[in-house]
Amino acid sequence: MSTTMQADPATPAGSAAGLKPVRSLGDRSFQLLALVSGLLVLAILVLIAITMSQQSSQWFTSEGWSGIFSTDWDPAHNKFGAMTFVYGTVIVSVIAIVIAYPVSMGVSLLLNEVVPRRWAQPIVYVIDLVAVVPSVVWGLWGFLIFVPWLQITVYPHIASAVNDIPILGNLFGFLNGNYVSGASFFTAGLVLAIMIIPIVTSLSREVIATVPREDKEGAYALGATRWEMIRGVVWPHSQAGIVGATLLGLGRAMGETIVVALLMGSSPTITSHLFTPGYAMPGVIANQFGEATVGVFRAALIGMGVLLFAITIIVNLSARAIVNRNVRRIRGTA
Amino acid sequence: MAVTTDPGVVDLRDPSGWRQAKNRLAVGAMWFAFICLVVPLGFVLVGVIVKGASKIDWSFLTSSTIPPPTLPPLLAKIEGTGGIGAAIVGTLEITAFASVIAIPLGILGAVYLNEYGGNRPLARLLSFLSDVMTGVPSIVMGLFIFTVWVIPHGLTGLSGMAGSFALACLMLPIVIRSSYEMLRLVPDSLRQGSYALGASKARVTLTVVLPAAAGGIVSGALLAVARAAGETAPLLFTIGVVTATNGNLFSGPNTALSTLIFSEVLQPYPNAVAFGWGAALTLIAIAFILMIAARLVTARFQRYSR
Amino acid sequence: MEQPEQDVVEQTVSANLPRLETRVQPPSTVPGNTIFEVRNVSIWYGSFKAVTDVSLPIYENEVTAFIGSSGSGKSTVLRAFNRMNDLVPGARVDGEMTYRGADLYARGVSATAVRRRIGMVFQKPNPFPKSIYDNVAYGPRINGIRGKAQLDEIVEKSLRGAALWDEVKNRLKQSGLALSGGQAQRLCIARTIAVEPDVVLMDEPASALDPIATLAVEDLIRELKQNYTIVIVTHNMQQATRVSDRTAFFSVLTDSKNDTRTGILVEHGSTQKIFEDPQDSRTQAYVTGRIG
Repeated sequence: MSTTMQADPATPAGSAAGLKPVRSLGDRSFQLLALVSGLLVLAILVLIAITMSQQSSQWFTSEGWSGIFSTDWDPAHNKFGAMTFVYGTVIVSVIAIVIAYPVSMGVSLLLNEVVPRRWAQPIVYVIDLVAVVPSVVWGLWGFLIFVPWLQITVYPHIASAVNDIPILGNLFGFLNGNYVSGASFFTAGLVLAIMIIPIVTSLSREVIATVPREDKEGAYALGATRWEMIRGVVWPHSQAGIVGATLLGLGRAMGETIVVALLMGSSPTITSHLFTPGYAMPGVIANQFGEATVGVFRAALIGMGVLLFAITIIVNLSARAIVNRNVRRIRGTA
Repeated sequence: MAVTTDPGVVDLRDPSGWRQAKNRLAVGAMWFAFICLVVPLGFVLVGVIVKGASKIDWSFLTSSTIPPPTLPPLLAKIEGTGGIGAAIVGTLEITAFASVIAIPLGILGAVYLNEYGGNRPLARLLSFLSDVMTGVPSIVMGLFIFTVWVIPHGLTGLSGMAGSFALACLMLPIVIRSSYEMLRLVPDSLRQGSYALGASKARVTLTVVLPAAAGGIVSGALLAVARAAGETAPLLFTIGVVTATNGNLFSGPNTALSTLIFSEVLQPYPNAVAFGWGAALTLIAIAFILMIAARLVTARFQRYSR
Repeated sequence: MEQPEQDVVEQTVSANLPRLETRVQPPSTVPGNTIFEVRNVSIWYGSFKAVTDVSLPIYENEVTAFIGSSGSGKSTVLRAFNRMNDLVPGARVDGEMTYRGADLYARGVSATAVRRRIGMVFQKPNPFPKSIYDNVAYGPRINGIRGKAQLDEIVEKSLRGAALWDEVKNRLKQSGLALSGGQAQRLCIARTIAVEPDVVLMDEPASALDPIATLAVEDLIRELKQNYTIVIVTHNMQQATRVSDRTAFFSVLTDSKNDTRTGILVEHGSTQKIFEDPQDSRTQAYVTGRIG
């Protein structure tokens, strides 16, 4: 593969007309190969949208718009309303980011502003460890150890303590009688939070790193303590970006399958009580796909996959827009 | 001269206690946040190691039959029957094949975006889309391959290869993104030097740019492999279930550590649960090894690029 | 005029020097209180010795200028006065630096307290991403002042003191980032004097500004010295002659054997003396423009 500048023998030496580069077949095929690889991404995304929508069309024709979003999920009786699962996905993911946002913010501020550079590395390794644990292992530990522990030693006490307080009681109190479940909205949300904290932290750190050093020095020069500097200078600069990073975590939490399949209790319910079982879209798909061999049942599960696809794309788009705008504005790079 | 509070000498000690207290409180809260993260990690690791280590021995790791979950634990101990060998082979094969597909394509895609595409609308669109694709849930990838591969082929579509396709879809945008970042870091002066010698763009890319970015690209690829090895959802609908090793990736259902753990968890039988722990320990070990390998490559690469 | 104790000092006769054709302030009256006393101070960044054996006094209500070529340690010494070097990992100060008699680097001294009394204006104007009002009020607020009336008063006073009030009084809620370079720098000065410091340090405050804004800042400096002590680092010799009462000239000492460079204080004294009758040949060479 080489480029040769071939002078056309018919043109007099020194004229520019004969110096057109001739690119060998190898060069062009390499470029083509690279282009095709890049286009794969587009192709796959488009295919996902088209083929999966096709496969789930039966669901739509059988239920119609109102049916799809009804809360009635009963495969035995041909009822396939997905509302309870949408609700479950939303609730569990919101719990995850409500917990992850402050923790990630604290850890990223710790790493960027408080800890001397040498000590930051081990802490980053620990965070990477959290990220590398496979979700199925979180699910295994969660189901066999965490859930029973919560059910016996934690939730009952919290529930009885707050049961009669107006709003807290609705969230964390008992649903019927003295019933709380270890496998519940809150448990799934909690474990999801742990799983998304590494990525939210890593992105938040990038955002916080863009705060100009001069601004920080300006605050210190006025006699501010470290916390006062963070609140006065770092916070305003990075707020939007951290929100974007958290939204990205939201997208991840919504798509996570095993945790919601194992730790949510697998009961399609809409309730405000977080210590009771629920169900989310990826969970029901994973758990019930084996039984859904053909027909509307399978179409419904695939259809929920399409729904999940659409929702996570929208969330991710907004998140990236916010993060990129914040990071690039200050870095000035394209 | 010591700090004193004599009148006439300036007092330079800490400002009002309240401000310092707020400062310390804030820093303490940050450490608390870190602890909140470390504690569950600790519990998981300790739990998996304690519960899984007892199950692990050579026969467990290599035995190619997966016993039914109903096998009483006593029997399992005495006869040493069964192990997760089939699942290990499955995970390794499926992940390897997925990597073979996704890594070269991902690197080439990143090459297109960074070296050829530049600022053109198509390149920007593809870069944007690959960002979007990293956020697609893994279960959607599994459903996708189920839809386009398993359904048309019927039951014969269930195979290790189908699982690899799903994992490859998952890995592709990750590899593109990390390779792209690495390629961007290669200074333009390197490219210019090569062009000045009369090399074509393809040659420049292959002989100068890619080698320069090699360390970072490899490290990013290893992390993508680690992620893929641990994934469950893409395999659930694509590889089926088997109880014995299926070395053939291309025909017949297969099994993997992640799907094995998932199915064992829900079984009420103690032996099945023990299996799950052992498999989990193995899976974590594989993921850790890959992560450490990625770190080593990064460290080596940085040393050579200075 | 004191001569620092150095091994390499050449006494030269300045009779053959051309006269400096700039307006130089006559020496101020007898120097007042000593605000800073610097004795044999060396400053290290890790294993790099940025500045070696500096000794000089800074007097109250005067403008002292640090001049000299790049790398001679002027900014390093300036930042040592308000302990800004603490922000650099591995920074260390040997020797003694006292402020009104108290050792700035003694154990137990709070950098925050030091910076409350010794303010700093930076080369690149760095207004916070807040409103003009909130920029100026930031300092007083963290020092506990909350009352709106009180803050209003402080903000107006500081903005007047920085000669910015008339230009911004009707748009205090506007973002500080929207101001032009010269205005932004005066905002930073207003922000600095809002906490009522004793000393204002300025690190090349006008070098990022256009000539007109520069003159405005210089006028401001001359006014401010009535109430504050000012130490200013500048690359611009004419500026030093325009605003300062005292000047200290720094230079770079190269040790070719070990291939190290470090900053040293060559000479200091009243501005008029330094520019019209310098004692050291290096000072001579610098102020007449023979070297950078």
